[in-house]
Amino acid sequence: MKSCFFYMSISMLLISACTTEQSSIESNNVKSNLTGKLIITGSSTIAPLVLELARKFEIKHPESRIDVQTGGSSRGIADVKNKVADIGMVSRELLDKEIKTFTGHLLARDGISIIVNNTNPTHELENQQIIDIYTGKITNWHSLTGKDAEITVIHKAEGRSTLDVFLQYFKIKNKQIKPDIIIGDNEQGIKLVAKNPDAIAYVSIGTAEYDIKQGVTIKTLPLNQIEANTHTLAKGQFPLNRELNFVTLGPLNQLANHFIQFAVSTEANSTISEFGFVPIN
Amino acid sequence: MSRLTNDNILKTGLLITTSISALCVVLIFLFLFFSSLPILKEFQINDFIFGESWHPSENEFYILPMIVGSLYIMTLAMLISVPLGILTAIHNQFYSPKWFNSSFSRIVEILSGIPSVIYGFWGLVVIVPLLAQFQAPGTSLLAGAIVLTFIITPTIVLVANNAFKEVNPLYIQNAIALGLSRTNIIKNIILPQAKNNLITGIVLQSGRAIGETLAVLMVCGNVVQIPGNLFEPVRTLTSNIALEMAYAMDTHRSALFLSGMVLMVIVLLLIILTEHFSPLKTKS
Repeated sequence: MKSCFFYMSISMLLISACTTEQSSIESNNVKSNLTGKLIITGSSTIAPLVLELARKFEIKHPESRIDVQTGGSSRGIADVKNKVADIGMVSRELLDKEIKTFTGHLLARDGISIIVNNTNPTHELENQQIIDIYTGKITNWHSLTGKDAEITVIHKAEGRSTLDVFLQYFKIKNKQIKPDIIIGDNEQGIKLVAKNPDAIAYVSIGTAEYDIKQGVTIKTLPLNQIEANTHTLAKGQFPLNRELNFVTLGPLNQLANHFIQFAVSTEANSTISEFGFVPIN
Repeated sequence: MSRLTNDNILKTGLLITTSISALCVVLIFLFLFFSSLPILKEFQINDFIFGESWHPSENEFYILPMIVGSLYIMTLAMLISVPLGILTAIHNQFYSPKWFNSSFSRIVEILSGIPSVIYGFWGLVVIVPLLAQFQAPGTSLLAGAIVLTFIITPTIVLVANNAFKEVNPLYIQNAIALGLSRTNIIKNIILPQAKNNLITGIVLQSGRAIGETLAVLMVCGNVVQIPGNLFEPVRTLTSNIALEMAYAMDTHRSALFLSGMVLMVIVLLLIILTEHFSPLKTKS
């Protein structure tokens, strides 16, 4: 019985080995036209996503090599300008003068929403109130909801992209913020808010929306009367968001063109969502 | 003849593997040192010890609160878990019935094998809300110490158990023959005899405690400050690296390597301390 199983598994292995070899030959035949190397540099927010997209692209086109390097949005722009990189990654809206020289390709949007526990009676907080909470001017829910309880302010660790968007939108410096808890990723913040009726946090909209659907006891707060969800975000209505762009200069070579097509196609959507960003298409 | 050559092969083989592991430690040290060179060149020691805050993007690298945080959490956890572990082991070895003893040992072994992230998650959803009832927000030095206590106590019990087993049974038999009471035997014979083994084991465990990352990160609140009381949040050196490494660049990255090096130095000091109490040394 044991040896029978052994032979079966061996033959299965052989069969699977043959089939994978065959399919890789096929894909080589079909897509052998895409060869060469592509260099992408820029924003460290987008880089992990592009790295993953590049991995998937390379599986589809085994002859291509995609090199992803980080160094900030401004490096992305500079490298494309100096023709050191084929594509630059820029995690903000392109400036007017940049639009004149470069071609922008909107890849996805990154948005964050303010979340509180769903037992919290607050329906909306004004921008100034949020600033006051985070800079320690308001420390108690009393003046906001009537409930006498200390506010637990949850903040992100240095370097996180959500932190940058948050600080930029509310025009505050990281130093001014008086946090009670500092977290790493979105899920940690959501778990804390779900367990703490007096906590407030800001997390990626994609993650918050997913968790609320799973029944986690949090709610997102609207900002400037606009609901925080992936629909308003994809349309660009929700204010607390930023664009994730590719920039290129002049006519594209074939490989760069194919890669950008792949990255903005619906095929890439699930990967984009995995990283907590919102795809455009 | 052939036995001799076999022996030689084994000897050289073991020499190679041993030197590889020894070399690894040296290489790690060199790597940490060279990676933290940029920040050491750019900033003074004063900036790390008498700084104002930890805001790498604004070039402020105040590392001291995290060193203090790491040491506080480790000490507090050890203060709870060492007496707890040793007393449990004493009960286990000298007071409990045999059937209880064997099943209890299995349970302790299982407990010591549970990955620390599970304790961390449990701490986040149980301990933190519990502490929040006394003082919000609950994520604090105390929460970290409690979770860490749960992580290391099982191993301390095992270490203490082994230390007690090492005590020469002749001493115990003689003591019983002389009619000494059980309390007396434990206090005056077992504990002094097992002392060195106990200390070695405990110091090694404190190395593990200070290196614990994820569980501590989940329950400590991670605010960079020297905590004024048990209910205030702290950030440890390990959490600092885990929180920021994915996004750190240039000097910031280098500052994280510096945190790593400080941690390594602390662990090294602990190991030197163990060497001091090592039973091998006292025997020779």
